[in-house]
Amino acid sequence: MPEIKLVLKKDENAASGRTCCAPAALPAGPWVAGSVNTPCGQAPGISTELTRRDRWDNFKCRVSSFRNDYAVPPGLYAVGAPDRESEVFVSANYKFSFDTLRRQLKGLNAWVLVLDTKGINVWCAAGKGTFGTNELIRRISSVNLAAVAGHGKIVLPQLGAPGVSAHEVSKATGFRVIYGPVRAKDIPEFIKAGYKATREMRTVKFTFWDRLVLSPMEIIPAMKKYYPLYALFALAVFGLQPSGILFRSAFTGALPFLLLGLASVFSGAFLTPVLLPYVPFRSFAVKGWIMGAAALLFSMESSTWFKLVRTNVELLALCLLFFPMASSYIALQFTGSTTFTGMSGVKKELKTAIPIYMASAVISLLLLAAYKLTEWRLI
Amino acid sequence: MKYLANTATLRISPEKCVGCGMCAEVCPHAVFSFEGGKAAISGLDACMECGACVNNCPAGALSVNRGVGCAAAIINGMLTGGEPSCDCSPKGGKGSCC
Repeated sequence: MPEIKLVLKKDENAASGRTCCAPAALPAGPWVAGSVNTPCGQAPGISTELTRRDRWDNFKCRVSSFRNDYAVPPGLYAVGAPDRESEVFVSANYKFSFDTLRRQLKGLNAWVLVLDTKGINVWCAAGKGTFGTNELIRRISSVNLAAVAGHGKIVLPQLGAPGVSAHEVSKATGFRVIYGPVRAKDIPEFIKAGYKATREMRTVKFTFWDRLVLSPMEIIPAMKKYYPLYALFALAVFGLQPSGILFRSAFTGALPFLLLGLASVFSGAFLTPVLLPYVPFRSFAVKGWIMGAAALLFSMESSTWFKLVRTNVELLALCLLFFPMASSYIALQFTGSTTFTGMSGVKKELKTAIPIYMASAVISLLLLAAYKLTEWRLI
Repeated sequence: MKYLANTATLRISPEKCVGCGMCAEVCPHAVFSFEGGKAAISGLDACMECGACVNNCPAGALSVNRGVGCAAAIINGMLTGGEPSCDCSPKGGKGSCC
């Protein structure tokens, strides 16, 4: 029955040329709990409990590209049984963001206004402007929020502020923007304090745990993007003999390089991010180089497999040059995941680092060529 | 945790500041302090150039060269000749890695 009503509502809207507030169809999922009537049609009700499925999907976002297509329909949602006096919380339509908000609204009667951020989280979407002034103004008008909530206030996540201009929203819609805390988990405290955030709630952190959960998305892309090509190249170079490609020499020759390559990925994509504040210097390129050098020396000391690369001058020089540099490059990628690096700083690092990376790559290739020529007794 | 010293491009025009406090409210790194009813930049090295303060300053007293502090995005921008962009998903701009 409610479905039929919704269809009629949609047709009415289409006929009058008005866009409807609620998502085009009631979204399906364990997080939908009934629906609530609003002056602009039905708003889906949402549960404040995360199911095992929600948690599993959120976990997949941490380790795979599952995150690239994980969105809820934008529009107005209801928590509990909200009325005209209930607060309005604004969120992004990345399901992970939406889940993070709704689980903090337990026991409340509130509205949740979901903006169309193309399935991107609040902070990143704010940086791009999709969680932004224009989308917010459009959405407030399309759900007829003034009729839904008469108090004239909306609560935005503080990290939406890079995309939103509070005074412009207020000028255009009459709604006063209140910036909530950075972290959704502080929302209950924030409400208790009379919608006031402490300095602590206003400040972004970057804890050991934050860095740890971000590290899989450093390791996995590095292993997928760079490592297979690198491994193939190493096998080809060491397999190539005057008599043709020999699998035996490919494997025994390349093995130390395959392992040291893994050590570089580990130090650049895991050790550096996780130990970030404890690695000296502020530059990520330098931090990554230090951890890469440590991982290289530790690996080379750990096994007799590295005897050849330790004793051959060209190979030793190649290892000392190449692997810390690879770790440095990988560590530099982590600037995109941190909460505190700015564009001017990263540009400054890259200006110095890229020429060094390029020169190192060329010298590494020359050393490798010198090793092969000696091996073939050509020099 | 602080990034490279003296690189942030955040600037304030004190004569325009109306002392409303919005910049301090939206700043995720507590960069601002208040002296004599006006905002001052007291923690420049903590600034990540997100632009939240500039966007929410009703007096237009702040400026910053805002952008993403992400090496991959900046390298992408250099290669394509465009602005740094975090659209690094294979689906052509639909996703984002940040």
